[in-house]
Amino acid sequence: MVDHEMWGSTPARGRTDRLVAAVVWLAATVVTAVFLWILADLLRHGAGQISWTFLTAAPASAGRAGGIGPILVSTAWILAVCLAVALPLGLGTAVLLAELTSAEDAFGRLVRRSLDVLAGVPSIVFGLFGNALFCVYLGLGFSILSGGLTLACMVLPILIRSAEEGLRAVPDEYRLGGAALGLSRGKILLHLLLPAAVPGLIVGVVLGFGRAIAETAALIFTSGYVDRMPGSVHDSGRALSIHIYDLGVNIPGGETNAYATALVLVAILLLTNTAASLLGDRLRGRHAES
Amino acid sequence: MSTARRPSGRSRQWTSDRLLVWTLRGCGVLTGAVVALIAVFLVVESFGALSGVGLLRFFSDPSWHPSAGAAEGTFNLVPMLLGTLLTAAGAVLVATPLGLFSALFCRVYAPTAVARPYRRLIELLAGIPSVVYGFWGLVVLVPLIARFRPPGASLLAGVLILALMILPTIALAADAALSGVPRRYLRGAAALGLGRWATLSGVALPAARSGIATGVILAAGRALGETMAVLMVCGNVVEMPASVFDPVRTLTANIALEMAYAVGDHRSALFVSGLFLLVLVSGLVLAAESIERRKVVG
Repeated sequence: MVDHEMWGSTPARGRTDRLVAAVVWLAATVVTAVFLWILADLLRHGAGQISWTFLTAAPASAGRAGGIGPILVSTAWILAVCLAVALPLGLGTAVLLAELTSAEDAFGRLVRRSLDVLAGVPSIVFGLFGNALFCVYLGLGFSILSGGLTLACMVLPILIRSAEEGLRAVPDEYRLGGAALGLSRGKILLHLLLPAAVPGLIVGVVLGFGRAIAETAALIFTSGYVDRMPGSVHDSGRALSIHIYDLGVNIPGGETNAYATALVLVAILLLTNTAASLLGDRLRGRHAES
Repeated sequence: MSTARRPSGRSRQWTSDRLLVWTLRGCGVLTGAVVALIAVFLVVESFGALSGVGLLRFFSDPSWHPSAGAAEGTFNLVPMLLGTLLTAAGAVLVATPLGLFSALFCRVYAPTAVARPYRRLIELLAGIPSVVYGFWGLVVLVPLIARFRPPGASLLAGVLILALMILPTIALAADAALSGVPRRYLRGAAALGLGRWATLSGVALPAARSGIATGVILAAGRALGETMAVLMVCGNVVEMPASVFDPVRTLTANIALEMAYAVGDHRSALFVSGLFLLVLVSGLVLAAESIERRKVVG
């Protein structure tokens, strides 16, 4: 990615060039140092806390003691609801935008524009909307269902953008070849285009998953605060991120468990991101070989 | 767009295909409608306050005490609006040079062995949840500031944490914009015997201008809309800050703090502030898009 053949040829000359180089290196050092500082803090205060018991036990004494078992389960439920709704809807829209609408199509442009705006909507506004629509208007109350549906609205733009890119990366020969064999568009899509677009789809799912699991503000007024084990999707359930917020702000003496929960959350995000990029590379590699 | 993507006349015969196309259109309509649905719900829920209190009183009332209802309550949102604008503006001011330098570092100054991990680090920084930034700010940054100038939870803490959060957006956008600068521009600069900084400031950065501007605008939108981090580090006192060490409350933090118990006109007033945010951020997104569209490829 780095353009050294191009930039290597531009010589560093005089005092200005040396000064700018020093400032640039300094800025990069500061950013790196702050990142390492945060990571080191999470590890130092959180790592000692994490054990199998912490991951499975129920929180005790408002979260100061005990573990995060029910909170992990609630988070998983919320994410499952979110992806179960957002995946088919997002995939359908991505196929529509990539395969069935041209660049100058008015309907496609309108959908794209509204997705761009949706990507910028602040998460607290999603929270207000989710509360008004799902909790109150549809009568779902503070529940995992309300939270998951709110998050589904939120992750749609990310999901669709990656899936669309994945589909656009499939060579046109696949479409022409399929059409020449007399396959229906549905068959071409199912057997040729979607399998070839898998890397893009996986990246989309992982990015959406990451956005959803990191979200807090949209969940406070939709899935709620209850830290008991949820019995069904109609129960309120506390997500990992809300647990961190509550322990950090409302519970004196909750910092240690907040650190540990934050470490678990960041670890999940790092693992899924790394796995996705490795998997994406491998699938892309296989695709290129064949 | 190639002709191969268009439905051919023959394939229209299949009913399954027609069903597929309509299902996909249905998906498109649904996802496209989410934004409209959000706007409609915010407007409907805001209606009580907008008709009972009136838009003007959100700016002219003496204070923010909304729980007594439209008649006795007061609804001044200006301190919160100011809090939102100040934290976001400060964050953009801090993050823009850092982000730009980060991009220059990756693309120009760092050797490949350093540039690659640094880019990965920026991506990881982008992936850290806002609540983790907020928590870290609360337990590390706020006490640090309090040591110099109590109370610590302040506009400054909010600006610094937000700057850290939006830096990746700016850095990655600037990086992508710099990589799009045509090679012949750089070769031309080299042929003129320009030095490295002269090439950057005179040729590469102006050519990457629109991409960088788009990144900064999107980052500003992110800063305006951020809730958890500012909620946890800004102190949340409803007042006009006299210095960067004073606490502020943003519109987003106000919603998060009061939504739990707000009823009637109070609840409706919170939706009005949500509507403000939506209008502000959508305006920024559309502005960024129009810059992108106007971009002249050299």
